[in-house]
Amino acid sequence: MAEMMYWEAIRRAHDEEMARDPLVICMGEDIGVAGGTYKATKGLFEKYGPLRVIDTPISENSFTGLGIGASFLGVRPIIEIMSVNFAWLATDQIINTAAKVRYMSGGQLSAPVVIRSPGGTAHQLGAQHSARMEKVFMGIAGLRVVTPSSPRQAYGLLKSAIRSDDPVFINEHELMYNMKGDVPEDEYFHPLEGSEVARPGTDVTLFGYNISVHWCIKAAEILAKQHGINAEVVDLYALSPLDRQGIKRSVAKTHRAVIAEEDEGPVGVGAEVIAIINEECFFELDAAPVRVHAANVPIPYNHTLEQAAIPDHEDIVKAVLQLFGKA
Amino acid sequence: MKLDDKKRVLREMVLARRFEERCYQAYIERKIGGFLHLYPGQEACVSGVMEAARPGYDYVITGYRDHVHAIQCGADPKAVMAELYGKETGSSKGRGGSMHIFDAAHHFMGGYALVGGPFPLAAGIAKGIQMKGGDEICICFLGDAANNQGTFHETMNMAKLWNLPVLFICENNQYGIGTAIDRSTAVVDQFKRVCGYGIEAAQCDGQDFDIVYEHAKAAVSHVRGRKGPYFLEVMTYRYRGHSMSDSRAYRTREEEELWKQRDPIFILRDRLIDAGALTQEAFVALEKEIDAYIENEVIKFAEESPEPDVSELARYVLA
Repeated sequence: MAEMMYWEAIRRAHDEEMARDPLVICMGEDIGVAGGTYKATKGLFEKYGPLRVIDTPISENSFTGLGIGASFLGVRPIIEIMSVNFAWLATDQIINTAAKVRYMSGGQLSAPVVIRSPGGTAHQLGAQHSARMEKVFMGIAGLRVVTPSSPRQAYGLLKSAIRSDDPVFINEHELMYNMKGDVPEDEYFHPLEGSEVARPGTDVTLFGYNISVHWCIKAAEILAKQHGINAEVVDLYALSPLDRQGIKRSVAKTHRAVIAEEDEGPVGVGAEVIAIINEECFFELDAAPVRVHAANVPIPYNHTLEQAAIPDHEDIVKAVLQLFGKA
Repeated sequence: MKLDDKKRVLREMVLARRFEERCYQAYIERKIGGFLHLYPGQEACVSGVMEAARPGYDYVITGYRDHVHAIQCGADPKAVMAELYGKETGSSKGRGGSMHIFDAAHHFMGGYALVGGPFPLAAGIAKGIQMKGGDEICICFLGDAANNQGTFHETMNMAKLWNLPVLFICENNQYGIGTAIDRSTAVVDQFKRVCGYGIEAAQCDGQDFDIVYEHAKAAVSHVRGRKGPYFLEVMTYRYRGHSMSDSRAYRTREEEELWKQRDPIFILRDRLIDAGALTQEAFVALEKEIDAYIENEVIKFAEESPEPDVSELARYVLA
């Protein structure tokens, strides 16, 4: 194992795959000469040149479409969209083309692109730089959605996504690029489907993904130390398809569920996980599942309002205590 | 170009016309569902361009008025008709429909239903060609109205910036659905709009095969010679409405008649008759022969082909 930062893990996956396959390219705003806003492509321009490390104009929908078109011929583009808020502009090409082309061509074409983008609330970026889009993409047939919670996952999921014949959307987080963690020194491919038990427990399952996994772990520690509740944390690194069996397995063990997401609640990951719990293991439940999520507002600029809008580990602790009738 | 080749082109154009007219009938009979956008009136555009290119070798992509483009790339008319019938033997196995004809084996990279959507895909295919080092080109056929989408401007910029081997053919049929070009577009000459991106461009008559062919030869040679992208605007007219639900209330019958005076098939037919390479009788016989082929082979195949199996509903979603 080697300790590295989240951005370094992403950069390593790029580098290894580009060294292996000359048809792997990367493209996006400021990823080349500038090395990437979050350094995820640092040094690659110098190493692989402008034909394979492409600084694009600020034309999200069309450079995404260009990558998709290139993928029809076997090119494997890794497309960075600088902030997921800009990916709204690219939804036409991601949803109308990448996700549907295999189906509507009867299997003749496929769009093996990787679209990486950070979403979420960082530090007072305001409403148009703090949104998340995973709930949009995870509802689209033909698209895979994964979201790494650690450098290990960031590395292994990108490696697998590049090799996948399906279009993969990777949801990253602006606050996580400098997070440190262990990454295998040998080449490692993280599965694009499934979930991971980040902390085993017996009394309640805390479902999280990406940054909220860390809130869940912190909440679980507080619950164990201060309240005698042994929480299991399940990391839903794959949002589409969601791991129905993994969700069922944990709820069948703990009989209680809290889902934590940084996004607003409506039509979200929490809603979907609760639907799956209902469908797969309703009679295992000892209490109604609970969602912990952002307030349903555009994310405000003011620091205090911003913090009030998004949940954290304390909200999860509170939700669990309510579930046990302790609050 | 040899007269025999021109006779073959005439035959292809008649097939294109009769195929589309037969689709119209099948749609009225409710054998074809969904939206249906027909090509009559514009045949010289695709024929002129593809005659100058290498069908089945060069990549072609277009919008939803796509049946004839697919056939001109080498798709079997039977598979295209079967697709319109929604059959398993269709070019997209009945999953695509009229607006989504694909034939990857012949490098026909699809019909797409979002106006302007293929622009960046075409540039991307050209990027793929560039990466793989072949001498193919990508040809993107779209209508004039697509040029009012952001993808047009974004793609022209990138295509020129990266010197991509892509040829944009603007089939200017003067209407975006039911809105005349001068009511939707500030500059009606479309070739002028790419000058701001430094792209070589030309405009020509789209009703005369010979004229389209000559212009397309220069355009194809430019792109294949890796001199950068090229934009060719061909002036044309669609006889039918935008789709089958269109009553053409936005234009006069007189205007339509005026354009039919310059029918692309009749222009080529008359030229071949004048050259002594064809007779009126032979032309009538050709039409009959093609009608019989469409009825006895194309329609028969579509009618008799099996429906997709419902158990395969979720096939082709993911790899």
